[in-house]
Amino acid sequence: GKELDGEPTVTVRAVNSRKNQMCFDWGPGRLLVSNEPPSNKKEMCSCPFIYIIRKDVDRIDERLTGKIQKSQLVRVSKNYRSVIRACMEECTSVFAAKDPANGRQFSSQVSILSAMELIWNLCEILFIEVAPAGPLLLHLLDWVRLHVCEVDSLSADVLGSENPSKHDSFWNLVTILVLQGRLDEARQMLSKEADASPASAGICRIMGDLMRTMPILSPGNTQTLTELELKWQHWHEECERYLQDSTFATSPHLESLLKIMLGDEAALLEQKELLSNWYHFLVTRLLYSNPTVKPIDLHYYAQSSLDLFLGGESSPEPLDNILLAAFEFDIHQVIKECSIALSNWWFVAHLTDLLDHCKLLQSHNLYFGSNMREFLLLEYASGLFAHPSLWQLGVDYFDYCPELGRVSLELHIERIPLNTEQKALKVLRVCEQRQMTEQVRSICKILAMKAVRNNRLGSALSWSIRAKDAAFATLVSDRFLRDYCERGCFSDLDLIDNLGPAMMLSDRLTFLGKYREFHRMYGEKRFADAASLLLSLMTSRIAPRSFWMTLLTDALPLLEQKQVIFSAEQTYELMRCLEDLTSRRPVHGESDTEQLQDDDIETTKVEMLRLSLARNLARAIIREGSLEGS
Amino acid sequence: MEEIYAKFVSQKISKTRWRPLPPGSLQTAETFATGSWDNEENYISLWSIGDFGNLDSDGGFEGDHQLLCDIRHHGDVMDLQFFDQERIVAASSTGCVTVFLHHPNNQTLSVNQQWTTAHYHTGPGSPSYSSAPCTGVVCNNPEIVTVGEDGRINLFRADHKEAVRTIDNADSSTLHAVTFLRTPEILTVNSIGQLKIWDFRQQGNEPSQILSLTGDRVPLHCVDRHPNQQHVVATGGQDGMLSIWDVRQGTMPVSLLKAHEAEMWEVHFHPSNPEHLFTCSEDGSLWHWDASTDVPEKSSLFHQGGRSSTFLSHSISNQANVHQSVISSWLSTDPAKDRIEITSLLPSRSLSVNSLDVLGPCLVCGTDAEAIYVTRHLFS
Repeated sequence: GKELDGEPTVTVRAVNSRKNQMCFDWGPGRLLVSNEPPSNKKEMCSCPFIYIIRKDVDRIDERLTGKIQKSQLVRVSKNYRSVIRACMEECTSVFAAKDPANGRQFSSQVSILSAMELIWNLCEILFIEVAPAGPLLLHLLDWVRLHVCEVDSLSADVLGSENPSKHDSFWNLVTILVLQGRLDEARQMLSKEADASPASAGICRIMGDLMRTMPILSPGNTQTLTELELKWQHWHEECERYLQDSTFATSPHLESLLKIMLGDEAALLEQKELLSNWYHFLVTRLLYSNPTVKPIDLHYYAQSSLDLFLGGESSPEPLDNILLAAFEFDIHQVIKECSIALSNWWFVAHLTDLLDHCKLLQSHNLYFGSNMREFLLLEYASGLFAHPSLWQLGVDYFDYCPELGRVSLELHIERIPLNTEQKALKVLRVCEQRQMTEQVRSICKILAMKAVRNNRLGSALSWSIRAKDAAFATLVSDRFLRDYCERGCFSDLDLIDNLGPAMMLSDRLTFLGKYREFHRMYGEKRFADAASLLLSLMTSRIAPRSFWMTLLTDALPLLEQKQVIFSAEQTYELMRCLEDLTSRRPVHGESDTEQLQDDDIETTKVEMLRLSLARNLARAIIREGSLEGS
Repeated sequence: MEEIYAKFVSQKISKTRWRPLPPGSLQTAETFATGSWDNEENYISLWSIGDFGNLDSDGGFEGDHQLLCDIRHHGDVMDLQFFDQERIVAASSTGCVTVFLHHPNNQTLSVNQQWTTAHYHTGPGSPSYSSAPCTGVVCNNPEIVTVGEDGRINLFRADHKEAVRTIDNADSSTLHAVTFLRTPEILTVNSIGQLKIWDFRQQGNEPSQILSLTGDRVPLHCVDRHPNQQHVVATGGQDGMLSIWDVRQGTMPVSLLKAHEAEMWEVHFHPSNPEHLFTCSEDGSLWHWDASTDVPEKSSLFHQGGRSSTFLSHSISNQANVHQSVISSWLSTDPAKDRIEITSLLPSRSLSVNSLDVLGPCLVCGTDAEAIYVTRHLFS
């Protein structure tokens, strides 16, 4: 894929990572983590990439008919995010333990996951939670606090030292706490400073009071937005007064804190390093200049924040564009940018699906008429089929694509490599459950052909029965019969003797079974039964014409028996069959000498038969005549 | 039945087997082996469910199973059996049969012995050599019997390089599973619905007995012998049907029980409580069949969330007259008196449950959803 340098927050090239074991147990859905091998997707993955597959979410949502509550969707969204976070944690622990040499690779892996969670979280706030003015800022604050987390390690450092307020990073810590709106903690820090240097205790107290009295919207609060605005305005003016009076002139640190709390852009920009990115800058700016910002006004602030923060020194990263699009509530743009930037269909497919459930996506008609959600799910599912073991999941995804899912499944499922019968059975079961009879037939045919090539005639027959493929059953039977003609005996008697009702699948198969039965009867010396069976095989036309000569030859020993077995009527029938056969002999394209030889053998056989039949007829007539007479 | 633990292991599990306990031991099962399939790299793994007491890094606790060691396996693991305490025999889709040895001191597995061309369509000597998957393996120290898609039966002995006995073309279809009856006799099931008994004392290549259903030739996938009554055998078929056979009585099954909605992959009699039988299937369920003639009140213990419980009568396909001192409930012919209680053990339907094993109060099973389920309280 396209590789962009700069901050490694979103690397476009997929990273190489070893397969590791991820084990966790989650509530509503089944979660799987695995490798994706080199996929055949255009410019996407060229290397293995760890990603997460979520199974049951779509299913759960589909089952909730009618109104899907916003709270449920938010819960689902949070689940997705937990998955991403758990993946990040596992990545970190496993890679650190097993393969420190791959440090760079795994850290970009983790940063990709972190970016994914960042984007998803913002989408959740803006599109799913749909926070209104007031709570919106609180959510955004949480969002920033979650993703800029150097604070905690810094805090541990400073507090752990003997003299926290004398620590090098003390003021950095206080500043960043203020930037993140964590004013209570900032106050606690200041009280330590007040204790340590009594000279500044006074102004520390004043600053502490200012921090304490800043009006914020708390979840249980019943005040209206207007009330909050009013109170905040008052507080803001108080801060202004302190600035004008140069109250904090003796302490540059405190003065700069004051300016931050007044939302002074220059002061904020001085803290670029602590802010570390433009969206932190944005949220802090909003916190201290317009806490009751409305969602629709977000994008003004977003764009200007980005511009101010970058200051013309660098250009926006793909991640920045995605976040901007989100602030502009341009969902399609978000999805489009994500598709390009992340070589990972999982993310866009699932995010789009979730947003679709929020009824946020208009039917964005692509040229083949499917909507965007389905398009992305199809792409994702196709990717799963490219993986050796994830095809079963791919099936589930195709099931949830109403327009093209079935067709796609039909195409993909026939191309799954089947190296064992057990796998073939699973694939067939998938097809049968969806009434994909064509695919069942074609898969069974391939398996049956393979079995015939390997001389596993029983298996071949078993596949023909499964597919109810009469034509193939005929083919297998012909094989058996050919073997019999060549060798003079049946192979695989265990199969032919025990065909059972499967015999009815094809005429040829029935013939095979019956023919074998004839041999059995002959072996048991049940000559009369054997004789009538043999005759019926020919007269009922169930025997292939090519086999009639063999059948008639089989009749010879019966005709030559001491007692008369074939009745006159039966003998007439046999004669009729013989004439029928000899009058329409096919012409072979053989050389003259061979033809003559064959003719010789044929003629001899026919002559013998005619003789036997005539003799038998004579004896039968006499016998029947004398029986009637007496 | 409570407390079934699931663990997702990022490989599709084809086989799970408890390590056997030393004879006379009073411990409960602690270690099990799994084999995977369908991945680019498949593994044989050993897991432990010993008591850990404290929380581990996963936040898992007492019931959670931990990986002890694993080793790469070429091809899908088609079947797995413990040969003894330390050795595991694995059947591969490449037609190879491997004996793995477990070294408990440094927790590793190594290859102890291998028969690489145990199963094939065209032999190793010919230029168009093609291997065939080995589908089933059964052990009875020191003997190992294997069967495969090539319709071949092999009798190996541990530490013997060549097969002791091979029956080529024992079957014209695929042999799916094999079990020992009485020691020199084995029983195989195939994909045209036949059971065949083979006696290794006889020289020929013919089975000594063939049994089958009269109906459709539904392929049979699994077989297990009753632990105490060596003539009673249970089979599972492609249509999910469970059949109980008495091999001394005619050629037909004694009972046919409509069970799963798709292929039944494994059937197991409980080794110490043979009134209990377990089956697992492609339809994603695992069933516990309880034929013990206890009081009916027992049913109330099973009506707890997420499980279904039904009563089912035997359906008898023939009137077998059984004269024996100990009548197995499975063979009993009185439908009114004998009811089998069936419980579904997994909390929710998932992808196929490919394998299960029971030992004492412990059950382990593996699924295509890349999960291993363990419970240590089967009969609570």
